[in-house]
Amino acid sequence: MKFTQPPEGEYEKHIVPVKGVSSLNFDPYAAEVLTNPYPHYEELREAGPIVWLERYGVYVVSHYNTVRDVLTNPDVFCSSAGVGLSNFHTEKPWRQPSIILEADQPEHTGVRAVFARILSPRALKKLTTTFEAEAETMIDRMLENGECDGVVDLAHAFPIKVFGDAVGIMNEGREHLLPYGDMVFNAFGPVNGRFKECLANLGPATEWIYEACKRENLTDDGFGAAFYAAADAGEITHEGAGLLVRTTLSAGLDTTIFTMGNALVNLGRHPDQWAILRDEPKRARAALEEVLRYDSTFHSFYRTTTREIELEGVKLDKNQKVLVLVASANRDPRHWTEPDKFDVTRKATGNMGFGAGIHGCAGQMIARMEGEIVLRTLATKVETIELLGEPSLHFNNTVRGYTSMPMRITAKKH
Amino acid sequence: MPIITYLLADGTKMNIEAEAGANVMRTAIDADVPGILAECGGAAMCATCHVYVEEEKASIFSEISDVEEEMLECVTEERKPESRLSCQLTIPVGVDQVTVQLPVPQD
Repeated sequence: MKFTQPPEGEYEKHIVPVKGVSSLNFDPYAAEVLTNPYPHYEELREAGPIVWLERYGVYVVSHYNTVRDVLTNPDVFCSSAGVGLSNFHTEKPWRQPSIILEADQPEHTGVRAVFARILSPRALKKLTTTFEAEAETMIDRMLENGECDGVVDLAHAFPIKVFGDAVGIMNEGREHLLPYGDMVFNAFGPVNGRFKECLANLGPATEWIYEACKRENLTDDGFGAAFYAAADAGEITHEGAGLLVRTTLSAGLDTTIFTMGNALVNLGRHPDQWAILRDEPKRARAALEEVLRYDSTFHSFYRTTTREIELEGVKLDKNQKVLVLVASANRDPRHWTEPDKFDVTRKATGNMGFGAGIHGCAGQMIARMEGEIVLRTLATKVETIELLGEPSLHFNNTVRGYTSMPMRITAKKH
Repeated sequence: MPIITYLLADGTKMNIEAEAGANVMRTAIDADVPGILAECGGAAMCATCHVYVEEEKASIFSEISDVEEEMLECVTEERKPESRLSCQLTIPVGVDQVTVQLPVPQD
């Protein structure tokens, strides 16, 4: 089996603790893997449902059923040790842990309930008209120009505007949100060159976020204000409210931006699939789901064992990090028919692009709403999407997306 | 093997054989039961796997958590005392049969 060799060559080899388990020198964070991870994931799945990554001293799970089992057993595979490679139970985190992402039951439950209420489908319904109007304005402007950048003009511009407004953060300085998110998602991986470069270029982003999350800097009708109101009601602490605003901002922008970019690139590369959506714009939500499955934004994160546990016949020690490769689960032929085919008519629900179980993405409903509105508005107004050259891939340890996507679009004739 | 009976909104009945410890939503998805969308895949975020549990069987399931309660307030169909999110329902060992009624969709 030919796995990607490490570019640096030397690394500390961790010996597999259990005999009979495949032990590989595979680096899921190597640039070559990130460029096109899917063939690598296929090799990994073929090597077994659970494999040891000797470079990092972790197990990796890549089959659909195994990934689902790990994610839906949070008492055994916990989040409080951090959802990155670094173990918060034994190492100091680079920032204060999130009280929702990096927490376990029972502390997690109350916070999650607050989040669920503030970002509930009912609460989101009120935002629909505003989001639709913004999508129409942006897409009309792109159509006037004809040649445009799908990322800059839409995938990036739309969430920065509508999600930023929905949270209620100040307008000035929103560009800092992206390097901050980039840092958060790089930090789920190893301290590699990519991580270090990102940290060095972070600039004032961390300070800006800290200021932006303060109550006095938020509008009084957004999600941010609602978190502080929950603190006033004694459901969470005021410090917790600020951390939830931070989590919402770091988790809710890069991800949505990348998801929309991934939607555009795949619709641009598959004109037949674009035609299906364009002819029936009501398919937008299902098409978005297929984008999340076929080209997941989140590729991997970690869980940590709380006790000895047998997984796929392998005995894992307590405090063992397990890399959960959701983007591989979403391409696993053991679960999906023709997984490498992008098919917007597919029933793609059950994909784990947003994770699964009680730690499944708490913002997934607003993310779906943003994506659905953008795709539906595109399908309603646009006749053709033509990619002009290769879009620019953004390299991050954990999330996948594009920074630039030159394209030409033409309007539907009514 | 326990049987989960899904009474669909149009009156159709589907009997699905499940495993002990099976999840009511997951079993429905695997068997393509119409009317259970389960968009969020069991994260209790979407309120699209709403069912009504027969009253005498209500106690076999775990109590409604705070998160589920928040979501039940968001269901688009009629909320009743028997309302549950099927993603939060696990068939306990020793239970042979459970019936859940699917709600009538509302616009």
